[in-house]
Amino acid sequence: MIKTRDLKKTFFGRGQTVYAVDGVSVNIKPAEVVVVIGPSGSGKSTFLRCLNGLETLTSGHILVDGVDLADRKTDLNKVRREVGMVFQQFNLFPHKKVIENIVLAQTIVRKRKHKDAEIKARMLLEKVGIAEKEQEYPSRLSGGQQQRVAIARALAMDPKIMLFDEPTSALDPEMVGEVLDVMKNLAREGMTMVVVTHEMGFAREVADRVLFMDQGKLVEEGTPEHFFTNPQEDRTKLFLKQVL
Amino acid sequence: MAASTERYFAVKSPIKRVWHWHFLTFVILFSLAASLWVATKKIDYTWRWNRIPQYFFYNAETLLHAPLDGQVLTIDAGGGTAKIVFQGEDGTQKIFKVDSESLRVDTGEDLFEGDTLGSTSEWKAGPLMTGLLMTLWLSAAASFIGLIIGLISGLCRVSNNLTLRSLSTFYVELIRGTPLLVQIFIFYFFLGTVLDIGRVVAGISALAIFAGAYVAEIIRAGIQSIPKGQTEAARSLGMTATQNMIYIVLPQAFKRVLPPLAGQFISLIKDSSLVSVIAITDLTKSGREVITSTFATFEIWFTVALLYLLLTSILSQLISWIERRLAISD
Repeated sequence: MIKTRDLKKTFFGRGQTVYAVDGVSVNIKPAEVVVVIGPSGSGKSTFLRCLNGLETLTSGHILVDGVDLADRKTDLNKVRREVGMVFQQFNLFPHKKVIENIVLAQTIVRKRKHKDAEIKARMLLEKVGIAEKEQEYPSRLSGGQQQRVAIARALAMDPKIMLFDEPTSALDPEMVGEVLDVMKNLAREGMTMVVVTHEMGFAREVADRVLFMDQGKLVEEGTPEHFFTNPQEDRTKLFLKQVL
Repeated sequence: MAASTERYFAVKSPIKRVWHWHFLTFVILFSLAASLWVATKKIDYTWRWNRIPQYFFYNAETLLHAPLDGQVLTIDAGGGTAKIVFQGEDGTQKIFKVDSESLRVDTGEDLFEGDTLGSTSEWKAGPLMTGLLMTLWLSAAASFIGLIIGLISGLCRVSNNLTLRSLSTFYVELIRGTPLLVQIFIFYFFLGTVLDIGRVVAGISALAIFAGAYVAEIIRAGIQSIPKGQTEAARSLGMTATQNMIYIVLPQAFKRVLPPLAGQFISLIKDSSLVSVIAITDLTKSGREVITSTFATFEIWFTVALLYLLLTSILSQLISWIERRLAISD
């Protein structure tokens, strides 16, 4: 589904070069749930943003469904509609009602009829459990509700892959659960997911595979059992000791 | 979003009494007006406010004359207008309609060419009214064109294309760095001669291009004030850069730039008075013309100021109404 080969992303700023992602090669299979963890500044968010072209790569290749994002001829917009993304800060459109947030891209990108898009939007709102909020503006919603709308908005495009960039980090503790539940349901339905998170419980319960990144490098990967019970690398052990 | 946006409320205590503050405001304003009145008393100026209304509207009288020698056949004086049937020496009949009160002829009366039959009257717009309309037209047209120019060059200012960015920066710096009065002269005397355009077109263009530069900066600031996450969310849904601009960024930016835009257009209404230097009869020029025939200098300038104030306050009311309507998503 997604293959990256020797992915590198460097930032230049204030006279120094930062290797945000430094030679990451992974292969994500359909219906797989991959959780990326690591200390802050380890490049996991940048890695995720590279996967749908929000960051341009410095070198290497990303193949999404066989299409190379590094190829200049690739229409990124076409790739992006197949790759849904959920952000830490929700990024709902504040000038549009909840239902319009979900309808908009369906009509102008997928060219669906407004009526069909609304039916789909209602169905998805039902699925994430906030059908009654469809006529509200995002500012009237709690963080957890906003994030669930954001998930519904991404799902409305019928993506093949969903990317989650620390979806619960900006939420009050009591709202983390409702968002994670929605994500667990998605995983159960067989959605391909790449999740950057600090929720170790979620990683342990839902992930098929865990990637541990540090300083832009993929340090260790494996199943949750392997990862949480028998990590090999010293860096991983140190990190797990600090967070668990 | 909500977490990152700070809002400020004016805290009003419900039990606090405010009437004495209103009273103080009134006293200050009243004493200002009173001191003005005393000041004009001292310079022995005769106020003639009663002369002003006729420069808004006046009753224009048109005299009707017999076109050639002849005779009045009949007069039908029903209602307010009288119908005169007139027969010339050569046998042609003509019908004239005049106001009954102004009728100067009788039935059967012989007339010579040029004799007055009567007169008609109608209400006409005076110079202050036509000047006001001209100012309104100048500022409306210049605002509209200026908004479009400003929108385009504001978008160019945030474009990825270096040439577009440089050109729009050059435009903004050029226009903001030179006086409007000089720009108007250049438009009229240079461009007006080279391109053979009329004075009103030259005036509107100068004002529009002047306003456009400021609007461009306002639009640029508005676009840049929208969080990057909005664009990222839009792009991640597969929207193109253009769709993102049209559906996501500009609607939000527009709401934020409304107050500074309002200020700009209010300035434009007032700046439009400068075009009177190229002999466009706007409100200011009309005022000057009326003064030359009435010598009611004080009254006219006060009236002109009041009319500008009227235009600008209607505009600011309109914009604050739009602002309130857009605030529903807050």
